[in-house]
Amino acid sequence: MSGLEVLDPTGERQPRERRRLPRPDSIDGRRVALLDISKARGNVFLDRLEQLLSERGAKTERFRKPTFARPAPRALLEEITARSDLVVEALAD
Amino acid sequence: MATELPEGLVAVVKHDCPTCVMVAPVLATLQDTVPLTVFTQDDPAFPPGVRAIDDTELEFSYRQGIEIVPTLLRVEHGQVVDQLQGWLRDRWEEFTGVAPLGEGLPEYRAGCGSRSVEPALVEKLAARFGGDRLASRRISFGAEEDEFEAAYARGWSDGLPVIPPTPERVLRMLAGTSREPSEVVAVVPPDLVPCTVEKIAVNAVLAGCRPEYLPVLMAALEAACTDDFNMHGLLATTFFSGPIVIVNGPISREIGMNSGVNVLGQGNRANSTIGRALQLVVRNVGGGRPDGVDRATLGSPGKLGFCFAEREEDSPWEPLHVELGFRPEQSTVTLFAGQGPEPIVDQLSRTPEELIRSFAACLDVVAHPNLALGFDAIVVVPPDHARVFRGAGWSKARMREEVNRLLTRPGRERARGRGGMGEGLPESLAEADISKFREGGLHFVHAGGKAGMFSGVLTSWVNPNGGGSTPVTVEVRK
Repeated sequence: MSGLEVLDPTGERQPRERRRLPRPDSIDGRRVALLDISKARGNVFLDRLEQLLSERGAKTERFRKPTFARPAPRALLEEITARSDLVVEALAD
Repeated sequence: MATELPEGLVAVVKHDCPTCVMVAPVLATLQDTVPLTVFTQDDPAFPPGVRAIDDTELEFSYRQGIEIVPTLLRVEHGQVVDQLQGWLRDRWEEFTGVAPLGEGLPEYRAGCGSRSVEPALVEKLAARFGGDRLASRRISFGAEEDEFEAAYARGWSDGLPVIPPTPERVLRMLAGTSREPSEVVAVVPPDLVPCTVEKIAVNAVLAGCRPEYLPVLMAALEAACTDDFNMHGLLATTFFSGPIVIVNGPISREIGMNSGVNVLGQGNRANSTIGRALQLVVRNVGGGRPDGVDRATLGSPGKLGFCFAEREEDSPWEPLHVELGFRPEQSTVTLFAGQGPEPIVDQLSRTPEELIRSFAACLDVVAHPNLALGFDAIVVVPPDHARVFRGAGWSKARMREEVNRLLTRPGRERARGRGGMGEGLPESLAEADISKFREGGLHFVHAGGKAGMFSGVLTSWVNPNGGGSTPVTVEVRK
């Protein structure tokens, strides 16, 4: 015997499981995107990170979301994907 | 299941109906002379001497839309081509082609109500056999499972108990709108899931809404899921805010919303459940949960649901929706991303010139005294404060103008470092005259109980100047 029957209030979506990419052996010569989401002082964090990454041979490039208050525009995501091997996103605060 | 439509004549009867009992011998006679199938609604042994099909589950009666017993149907090629209700000798003789019929019976006797239209059964039958209207996955709780605990366990709750969304309750909720259950109302963030009228109704049941609230809830969701309102950002922010729903127009009175005493507090079902249902849709359909995409540092109690109506009937001003270009007889919801209220206490000012200065001084510190233009505010003004402005004939526009005049000053007076505080406007704005609020960033709404010389400030999340949220107004469609 079963109990009460109800209707599913959720979006009934199956989340897709994706495995993380393996950690890179080395960052020497790799292209690293540094994404600033436009929050206060995110640049301070990324400036220092850029310095440390450069010292280790990484080629860095800076990107910036137009506003922290919305998801990144698709064009920006595509640009980062095309131009980089690794990404560091500064959530800041 | 007894759903197939037999060819020939079909009779639907119940033992509990005196007319059916009276015509039972007629049916026995007919079954020997014409192709006749009898369905019995309450007693498989009735009518005596007749081979009846058991329809005590009422599926046949429900699907055929039987309202009266006895009903006679004539079925040709799988279609009902004629029908007859109650007992009327002439008509029965004509319908069956058998005469004389029912000798000794009166000429006429009215039938009784079909069991399938008994009020207590209608919704259950609709849920069981009319379920093709509903597309949501059906979940059966365990026999030993407490249904309230089961809803918690499945993650459907905002922390408070929810009403189990049985098909009966959802169908009753859907009676609150003429829109089709399958119609998509909005695409809900963060997972960007197309949300149907039905899914909104399921969550409205969870929240405790009544069916007549559903149109307001649908309009609120539509507004929330616009690009301008930016529900995704509002959900994901570390800031305090949630969606605040302000209802205007006749519907707020029709569904019994509170616009008076304790308007921003607890105690009114519509106010409490509409805002809650909106948040439950974002949680359950959109997938936006605290500590998931919702990253609020502190949040605010209004995120459980924040909904109220403007007190239009004795307001000195045009209501919010009229100010925004709608007609007074239209019903609307306005969504504002914010939190509050912050009190403005002024029990002594008796002129609008004095009182507006109190308003301005309290509004000056919205978000931070050194910040300007990035945050909006709605001042909820109750009758006692409104009276001060009414007496002098001040419009909302005049009040806004005065606040903006009082709160416009050079950027250097709100600069970073001013008052020994790190936060503030950048140096680049030091020489410009800056008003506290952007154009369109300050509103007044009349609401609250009649006694009390207070107003309440609802403050916003980041406004569109910072890429945040713009208030959005949508008309309510039933």
